[in-house]
Amino acid sequence: SSKTLRSVSVDLNHDASLLIDIPDALCERDKVKFTVHTKTTLSSFQKPDFSVPRQHEDFIWLHDTLVETEDYAGLIIPPAPPKPDFDSPRDKMHKLGEGEATMTKEEYTKMKQELEAEYLAVFKKTVQVHEIFLQRLSSHPVLSKDRNFQIFLEYDQDLSVRRKNAKEMFGGFFKNMVKSADEVLISGVKEVDDFFEQEKTFLLDYYSKIKDSTAKAEKMTRAHKNIADDYIHISATLNSLAADDMTANKKNLEKLSDLFEKFRKVEGRVASDQDLKLTELLRYYMRDIQAAKDLLYRRARALADYENSNKALDKARLKSKDIPQAEEHQRQCLQKFDKLSESGKKELTSFKGRRVVAFRKNFIEMAELEIKHAKNSVALLQGCIELLKSN
Amino acid sequence: MTHTAGTFLFSLFFLCLASSVEYVESSQPASLAAEDISTNSNGPKQDSLFDDDPEDLFAEATEEVSLDSPERDVLLSDGPSPAITPITPPTSVITPLAKYTKCIFFPVIEEEEGGDSFDIHISVSDPEKVGEYMTSISLFKRNEFAVKRRFSDFLGLHSKLASKYLHIGYIVPPAPEKSIVGMTKVKVGKEDQSSNEFVEKRRSALERYLMRTVKHPILLKDPDVLQFLESSELPRAVSTQALSSAGLLRMVNKAADAVNKMTIKMNESDAWFEEKQQHFENLDVQLRKLHTSVESLVCHRKELSVNTAQFAKSAAMLGNSEDHTALSRALSQLAEVEEKIDQLHQDQANADFYLFSELLGDYVRLLTAVKGVFDHRMKTWQKWQDSQMLLQKKREAEAKLQFTNKPDKLQQAKDEIKELEGKVQQGERDFEQISKTIRKEVSRFEKERVKDFKTIIIKYLESLVQTQQQLIKYWEAFLPEAKAIS
Repeated sequence: SSKTLRSVSVDLNHDASLLIDIPDALCERDKVKFTVHTKTTLSSFQKPDFSVPRQHEDFIWLHDTLVETEDYAGLIIPPAPPKPDFDSPRDKMHKLGEGEATMTKEEYTKMKQELEAEYLAVFKKTVQVHEIFLQRLSSHPVLSKDRNFQIFLEYDQDLSVRRKNAKEMFGGFFKNMVKSADEVLISGVKEVDDFFEQEKTFLLDYYSKIKDSTAKAEKMTRAHKNIADDYIHISATLNSLAADDMTANKKNLEKLSDLFEKFRKVEGRVASDQDLKLTELLRYYMRDIQAAKDLLYRRARALADYENSNKALDKARLKSKDIPQAEEHQRQCLQKFDKLSESGKKELTSFKGRRVVAFRKNFIEMAELEIKHAKNSVALLQGCIELLKSN
Repeated sequence: MTHTAGTFLFSLFFLCLASSVEYVESSQPASLAAEDISTNSNGPKQDSLFDDDPEDLFAEATEEVSLDSPERDVLLSDGPSPAITPITPPTSVITPLAKYTKCIFFPVIEEEEGGDSFDIHISVSDPEKVGEYMTSISLFKRNEFAVKRRFSDFLGLHSKLASKYLHIGYIVPPAPEKSIVGMTKVKVGKEDQSSNEFVEKRRSALERYLMRTVKHPILLKDPDVLQFLESSELPRAVSTQALSSAGLLRMVNKAADAVNKMTIKMNESDAWFEEKQQHFENLDVQLRKLHTSVESLVCHRKELSVNTAQFAKSAAMLGNSEDHTALSRALSQLAEVEEKIDQLHQDQANADFYLFSELLGDYVRLLTAVKGVFDHRMKTWQKWQDSQMLLQKKREAEAKLQFTNKPDKLQQAKDEIKELEGKVQQGERDFEQISKTIRKEVSRFEKERVKDFKTIIIKYLESLVQTQQQLIKYWEAFLPEAKAIS
């Protein structure tokens, strides 16, 4: 259900003044078209209830413009949704087609069904992640009022023209700067504030750890999936054996084949639930932490600017030249830095709260689902054992 | 005890609860050991346990290096290798695996038409790496024996049985495969996970091999088998080394035989054989396929175990890094749970392998033996036909000689004809006998197969149940920890 899909971030989309969701999406040759639906009571919008079609690139455009906006330098900009990636199921489908001759018709059909389910899962995930991006924006006191955000939600023409113009305007300058200003910049700056000092240490370390955990969780999920696929083949071959068997053993083989077919569905669900509750959770917060780190970068740059402006002011005083400009410049830098620090502190604190709540929710759901699937498996297996023993 | 070569000795712990008096008392290990133990030994003595056949089949059995045995060629036994100090058996590593590998078989050998039933339990245990010479036996009670045997001894036993019984239609269980790679690792003294696993795999395979052999009512009574089980000292299986040249010979003949088989067009008067052959062909294909899938399952399960362990470590590190106290603790708990689950997956992978995969592997190999006896029947038929054709020719020649004045040659021809007539009769008898034997063997084999599968599959499913139940326990323990995050 869509509710459980959204659980990587909680407390979103509760404010009735601006409700956003992606009720459906279309997949046309790897290009996904999302339907973005808005319900609002705000007068700033033209209509109270409307929908627009959007592509992935439109989301990226929106994200980038927010990052480039200086006023938002002190905010954690919600991470951009990753590009829809159908490579994995597509490659598998290709391999399946190549191996068709080695399988029975039934086996092939089941494998194909599995792959179609995988496609669907990727699809659902990408819808979820795009939806959350918008909902993060709509629930943010400052970002929800952004004009480009409104355009994104409302503009009923193709956004791609606007996107091109924007690219020319900004040229991705700021974004590239942030990307290239790596840890060196942050760690090089002398930190004056304990809070930020701690945050810096924490975020840098946490990022590398959560990145690793995400990768490892993904490998775990993939192995689970492989096992489910093996059960498909085992079930199919048992079925063939049953078909050829003319003895009383036939029934046993059929029961066994049936068991493995049901069992593999449960294993498949274990894999996908783990994927959603664990891997996707970790992946999302990895990106969120990166966004928090970006905030620190921007603040560090502002601090560096301020320090440079101090030096410039000293120089100006020495030369007795352009002092007022230098003073004004220094004042502005300090103001910017203070604003960033204040806003940044708030953002980082609420970020931690958000993270803890999301982890809690997902861990609980994951444990509950694991228990449910295991109990299911036990019932299936014991049922089959009983049948076999009674024969 | 010298250390000129490294090899493993397997202890055979042999417990026989015999309700058949004949079996226990008629066995005389000491005298058998003194007697000729070459491959020339005959089959079992005539005994009443062999049901309705009045003839002693084996009276005429001569030793032939079975040129056409379809079993896999026995390779050179452990040759000379560098001096190695014996290592103590890694029993602590064996134990968790042993849950699925020890003593799977508790067969009740069913009576065949009036024979007696008895229970035999064989366990192959405690592989010890020792030098060339065997250590002393330990004899427990009257019904319990423990002897030490080398891997090459097992191969030697199989080789003898194959040469005696395969060509007359008995399905002789094939011996476990040699693994040059695995054995080399062990010889070099590598005491790591994989070489321990190799030893355990082999030990388990030998146990199953022996159990299958003694489950066979005819083979059980074979003096070579009895000697193998009871004799305190077996002469070093010289034949396994000699077989290297015989083995070579076999390979050459096998190739020739393959060509011959294609040209044997047997007049199959009995549809049963054709049906069964087809049935076993199909079965072979399916079992191989299933075996491949299960091997893949084992591989993926091991992968899952490794990945879970890695994730556990990663989650632990993440927990250490996490600055929110309650969440940090929950992450550490998650790491612990995943570590336990990793162990679960490892255990399950062992069950996957030792119960399911090895079962299938054994039967794929057994089917080779089954197909072999069918081939032997064809060859027996061919031999009979050849004799007949030769007889025909001789008769024609004799008829011609009637008109010549060569009384000596005529007499010779008449003598040859008489001899050939005998051969033809024998050929027919052989063919009928092997056909009858195969019918019985196939019936026994199929019954065993079904029972085997059922028993082991149920055990396997129970292992899956256990894993799932443990998972429930672990996650139920974790749930309150997750809820405690605030």
